[in-house]
Amino acid sequence: MVRAIVPPSMRDEQVHRDSTVAKEMSRTVRYAGSEECAACHAEYTVKQGGYHKNLSCGTCHGPGKGHVDDPTETKPVPPRKREFCALCHAYNPSRPTGFPQINPVIHNPLKPCVNCHNPHDPKPSRVPRECEACHAEIARTKAVSPHVLLECTTCHAVPQQHKVAPRAVKATIPGERQFCGKCHSTDSKAQHTPKVDLATHGEKYLCWQCHYPHMPEIE
Amino acid sequence: MKRSSFIRKCFEYAAQGSILSRLFVSKAAATPEGYNASKHYYGMGIQVDKCIGCGRCVEACKEENDVPRVPFFFRTWVERYTIRKKGEVTVQNIDRGEAVVESAAEKDILRSFFVPKLCNQCDNPPCVQVCPVGATFKTEDGVILVDEDRCIGCRYCIQACPYGARYLHPEKQTADKCTFCYHRITKGLLPACVEVCPTQARIFGDVRSSASPLARFKRMNKMHVLKPFLNTEPKVSYSGLDGEVR
Repeated sequence: MVRAIVPPSMRDEQVHRDSTVAKEMSRTVRYAGSEECAACHAEYTVKQGGYHKNLSCGTCHGPGKGHVDDPTETKPVPPRKREFCALCHAYNPSRPTGFPQINPVIHNPLKPCVNCHNPHDPKPSRVPRECEACHAEIARTKAVSPHVLLECTTCHAVPQQHKVAPRAVKATIPGERQFCGKCHSTDSKAQHTPKVDLATHGEKYLCWQCHYPHMPEIE
Repeated sequence: MKRSSFIRKCFEYAAQGSILSRLFVSKAAATPEGYNASKHYYGMGIQVDKCIGCGRCVEACKEENDVPRVPFFFRTWVERYTIRKKGEVTVQNIDRGEAVVESAAEKDILRSFFVPKLCNQCDNPPCVQVCPVGATFKTEDGVILVDEDRCIGCRYCIQACPYGARYLHPEKQTADKCTFCYHRITKGLLPACVEVCPTQARIFGDVRSSASPLARFKRMNKMHVLKPFLNTEPKVSYSGLDGEVR
């Protein structure tokens, strides 16, 4: 008698659980998943070989389920602002070593990242292969330093003979403080560089005797 | 009202409830075709060394699950640990605007890293134990869910969770938490946070499977869970976890 009157939802909590499970399952999916994207956008094979190969489309383009359901009406928005790329690629000392990071203030300021880097196949700036072949450690260090955009030849004059007889004929290194002062002295016109007064800073030493130019201290 | 009519109405009401709930509940409980919960038991692996603290997971979670946009309600969040030479530990939630990035020139910083956090979907969940109305429960596939219609918003579970994974939803006034994106995983999709993680710091899968990205991850790394001494048996496990992480 009692079993007939009392509703099952009051007798058995499994009824509630089942309905909650069903309710959770029926929620709307917003992020479509890369496999759904690939069904139409197979032309993006360029992404498969690059550093962004493991990124899901939704990471940058946002939730895409609406676009999957109605490709003409709903379009995902590609992010174009520098701030978006900087979410991952701005320098942050807590990020794992080796993760490509830039200082958004000094890194080619004011230009959107997509002007220089293809987001589907991004390439880090490279030290010329002919230098990197022997100086790989410097190349790796410099790649994540504030000096990343400087060419090797900005600071070093490299005689042709250095490539043939590297120990007999050496590349030059800056021999005077004024060389670094071109960007780092207080009267320099360079923007966003840390500046010191050459007359009082560093006494008799050359800059690189204290600072490592391939990975100078972050300001 | 007369006593006899009151009793009659009571019987009527109960009979109605019985029939109606049979009709509705049995319909709602019908699971989508092809999904068998008993064949799954979900878990997640997190590679601390891969997290870059970009916050894409938090953003995607809020988007996917309608988590309030104000910066103190999270189903998943990322903590930034800074450990100084004197042993002082600073923890900041990167999406609460707390994270002031110190200069690397600050010489007293020993190490610093990000730790993504979410509901640990404990195998022995304290939140389920304390719920006075049985609104929170563990599903057959190992996910802890909250029944919004049953939750009375008493906050016991929020207090009981040793990982701070729950919050009171400001509009619904019920407890809310990570469900591993239950609506996605039951359709064979990945949880939103796993889907968007640019560095694959999060690995989702079946803890019982012997050949899956999660199984491989757990085989190849030294694994740890948060607060193991509480015997909550979390199904979210971490590799490369620092001893300072709480």
